[in-house]
Amino acid sequence: MFDFGSITTWFDNLLESVMPAWAATVIECVIIGVVLLLVYALLAIFYIFYERKLCAWFQCRLGPMRVGPWGILQVFADMFKILIKELIRLENIDRFLFALAPYLVIIASVVSFAVLPWGNGLQVIDFNIGVFFMIAASSLGVLGILLAGWSSNNKYTLIGAMRSGAQMISYELSVGLSIMTIVVLAGTMSVSELVAAQADGWFLFKGHISAVIAFIIYLIAATGETNRGPFDLPEAEHELTAGYHTEYSGIHFGFFYLAEYLNLFIVSGIASLMFLGGWMPLHVPGWDGFNMIMDYIPSVVWFLGKAFFISFIIIWFKWSFPRVRIDQLLALEWKYLMPIGLFNLVLMTLLVVYGLHF
Amino acid sequence: MELSVFGIQSTTLMVVALLTGIGLVAAALIIARLISPRSFSLQKGEPYECGVETRGESMVQFKVGYYLFAILFLMFDVETVFLFPWAAVCRSLGPNGLLSVLVFLVVLILGLAYAWRKGALQWK
Repeated sequence: MFDFGSITTWFDNLLESVMPAWAATVIECVIIGVVLLLVYALLAIFYIFYERKLCAWFQCRLGPMRVGPWGILQVFADMFKILIKELIRLENIDRFLFALAPYLVIIASVVSFAVLPWGNGLQVIDFNIGVFFMIAASSLGVLGILLAGWSSNNKYTLIGAMRSGAQMISYELSVGLSIMTIVVLAGTMSVSELVAAQADGWFLFKGHISAVIAFIIYLIAATGETNRGPFDLPEAEHELTAGYHTEYSGIHFGFFYLAEYLNLFIVSGIASLMFLGGWMPLHVPGWDGFNMIMDYIPSVVWFLGKAFFISFIIIWFKWSFPRVRIDQLLALEWKYLMPIGLFNLVLMTLLVVYGLHF
Repeated sequence: MELSVFGIQSTTLMVVALLTGIGLVAAALIIARLISPRSFSLQKGEPYECGVETRGESMVQFKVGYYLFAILFLMFDVETVFLFPWAAVCRSLGPNGLLSVLVFLVVLILGLAYAWRKGALQWK
């Protein structure tokens, strides 16, 4: 497979040959920041378009069609519109917390976004506790949502934020447990090593029934953690107007919107990293010709393809199941997913300790 | 220290990602403040509760049910922190490691069962 590491190493050497090492590092950091920002924004735009089109097709509609061919430019127009909307100054709100909330939400998603393995040699943050760091960073987002709801001085936002908080922290446990199940199988938490360990087969296929259970739990819990339907209680439109971001206007609201779509991508990216091999192509042992052809597809395409596929499933959920009530939501997590996840963890450990996995 | 893209330390890159997030919000806000219209009306500042005037305080003490789940979450989240290092090395620990963690897990599951029995998981 093509290693993007060769390009970055070449660029690094080039820079260091014309300037001192610290200046090269600063320039590289700026480049990384700009690229992160661009990819973040473009992916958000793509995801909004993706979801609107998919929603439309699930409902036998056409979706956006007017602006640009197949409505491609609609999302750009919407983004620009949201930027030129007035930022309304509210009275009686907690101004500091109100302003702080979007920062927390965006930071949580950008930092966990940077951990994802984009391709061979394309990974920004590569800790040896990468997956753990990713869970920690993404759980910052719930603070932003709670602050947004609390500081708005509005009863709807308060209810929305509390629901969202209860839901996100609950489902975070199941996400953590199913990721832990795969960490047991892999024996490492580093993202690059996790991907490398799946070169001869994805963990979904390597880990027996236990990995499949973990995958299903992960899908359900990830849908819950990103506040998407059928678990979209925090912004149940007909009950709470818009939930925790009711009082936000213009681009302030846009940040929550952006983070919501990026979180969808991030959970899909984690699913593809933990279960579907990250950027690793599909290899079937013994089929050498097939494996060679698969190797020709670039690693970035593999990663994005898997992530978009998982997102497709999560969007599909939204249009297939009716919204649950809050008691059903918490019961599903605490009485079903959580115990099943714990037993699944023990099962996976048994499989790994006695060498029964593939 | 783990090196990543360009041979830069991952910790540095984490700070870069953090600053990128802050920069994104700050830049977008500045642009929006520059190009967005501004108008003043007293009613705009009121909380939006579907046109009905707000009664009383909105930052109030809230339903205790959420608090119970937060406590339970704390218990299990700390457990996750303890279990992750074990998960990474459990292959080399072998059956002994499994046994000792099982004791830990059983205590936790008993805790969940107790909360369940006491009705803490029942939404009221």
